[in-house]
Amino acid sequence: MGKLYDRLTQDYRIKEGLKACINCGTCTAICPAAEFYQYDPRQIVDIVQSKDDAEIEKLLKSETIWYCGECMSCITRCPRKNAPGLVIMALRSLSMEMGYFAESEKGRQQYALTKVLCDNILNYGYCVYPRTFASALHPEAGKIWEWQEKHMEDIYARMGANLDGDGTGALRRIPQKDLDELKRIFDITGATQRIETINRCSMEKAKELGLSEEEYFMKVFTETEKDHLNH
Amino acid sequence: MIYEGKQKIWSDYQKDIPDDHYFYVRSCIRQSFFPASEQTFLDITRNRLHKDFFESEHHTTCGGIAYHSDAIPQETAMTIIARQFALMHKYGYENYVCSCITSFGLYTETLETWREFPELEARIKEKLWESCKLEFAKPKYLAHASDIIYKFRNQIAQQAKFKLINKKTGEPLRVVEHIGCHYAKMFPSKGFGGAEYPYVLAGMIEAWGGEVIDYPERRHCCGFGFRQYLVQSNRGYSLSNTHKKFESMEPYKPDMIITNCPGCPYFLDRWQYVISEMEGKTYGKDGHGIPVFTYEEVAGLVLGYDPWDLGLQVHQVSVEPLLDKMGIPYDPSKKYKGINGKDLGRPELPTCACL
Repeated sequence: MGKLYDRLTQDYRIKEGLKACINCGTCTAICPAAEFYQYDPRQIVDIVQSKDDAEIEKLLKSETIWYCGECMSCITRCPRKNAPGLVIMALRSLSMEMGYFAESEKGRQQYALTKVLCDNILNYGYCVYPRTFASALHPEAGKIWEWQEKHMEDIYARMGANLDGDGTGALRRIPQKDLDELKRIFDITGATQRIETINRCSMEKAKELGLSEEEYFMKVFTETEKDHLNH
Repeated sequence: MIYEGKQKIWSDYQKDIPDDHYFYVRSCIRQSFFPASEQTFLDITRNRLHKDFFESEHHTTCGGIAYHSDAIPQETAMTIIARQFALMHKYGYENYVCSCITSFGLYTETLETWREFPELEARIKEKLWESCKLEFAKPKYLAHASDIIYKFRNQIAQQAKFKLINKKTGEPLRVVEHIGCHYAKMFPSKGFGGAEYPYVLAGMIEAWGGEVIDYPERRHCCGFGFRQYLVQSNRGYSLSNTHKKFESMEPYKPDMIITNCPGCPYFLDRWQYVISEMEGKTYGKDGHGIPVFTYEEVAGLVLGYDPWDLGLQVHQVSVEPLLDKMGIPYDPSKKYKGINGKDLGRPELPTCACL
């Protein structure tokens, strides 16, 4: 038993999600990610269950732990009530804590995800917020979204929303007092620390690549250099 | 004997939820892309069914999208959730209903984890007090908003002005139902019908006159995948999964799709647009896509709401073919107007203009 394995077992998602895997591969058979990526949750759970720290460290630095879409379809089908999706979440958390996420192309994407989502939560109180959902970064949102973005106030008002308004309703302005509470929750439950670790490791990587903060964001957000696909 | 066994199994998946007095919390994705659906939910429950659904301006995101994108730790998500539950308690409610499926799954996961690990619950209680000075409480009942519409589906049918029936042929409309993965795949006993035979949307379709389509990839994920959509270079994952579902449902000739998840209607709608732009392929008749709806939009249509009040103008796949089939009147000239007929121009047409 090694130190990384010990740390993983402190995570409640391992306590909940890994009981005794029989390596049947049902999770891989049902997994939408395994069909698309070179991904095999059965193998990942087997490595964690082996308690081999050297192998676990390789996993934490690998691309493979970032392929899961967390749909949790695996949980329904596992004949032993394991939750490979939860095991993945615990691995990702430890990978970020150790700074290992920056070793993989897919792991480095956590910089963009954390920036966008945590900024939305702390600034507006929403995970997804229309004023930061730019059509330039979301061409798939279609011509409708381009129109909606152009006439945002009028269209949301027509649909009964309360964009930036006081009181209740969709997309209301969430009072500053409530946003302050979210910030305090972030500070005392590890989210702020995670953001700082991700930013520090990401900026080190950006420096290594000779990129500015903005250039690094766009690189991890838009580029794929390796072949991740299941051909 | 076999019938009795089936009845017993079925009874395990019939959850008990109250019919009134709920604390309502919204969904980040639905507020952004389908705000009129939440408005319709509150209008139906409050003004058509005369129920008490309370909303506080102080509730926020549950953090679910960030949690499942691994951007925030589990304890952060749990403390935000504890804050939402505390607000419910503060306003005198004990029944909690959420608009979002990601939230519903996360609330369920959180309550189950607290039940199994009381020391974690105690820690979150302390964190809640330290950060927000709020009293910790848990809901007596947790429901998803689609559970409520399901529960009242027959009352809605009694007030129906239109049915899920082709007005010209008299045949039931053929409907694909798509349940969000986090509704019951993680905790089957928490959803009507469980994970194998979820009935929450099928029950609405049958009550309102439609015919449910069964097809091979019926339970396959829409492909959101959190980080697999939110990061631009991963979106092939999302598109490929939606594509797989459409190829699977196409031979069954659906007239429409109903969903109960925030992301699913967005992806099933928008990726049809992308497939059409990339490959020139559409899955409906005559170059049209298959219109995709939230369950509130369908309930609203059945009850006779104006399609543009329901926000159907912000779907990328045109809904008019379905409105025509149901015999619902609409004014095309008002589709893209603002309040009081304000001229907002109109969106550019996609390459495949019928979409």
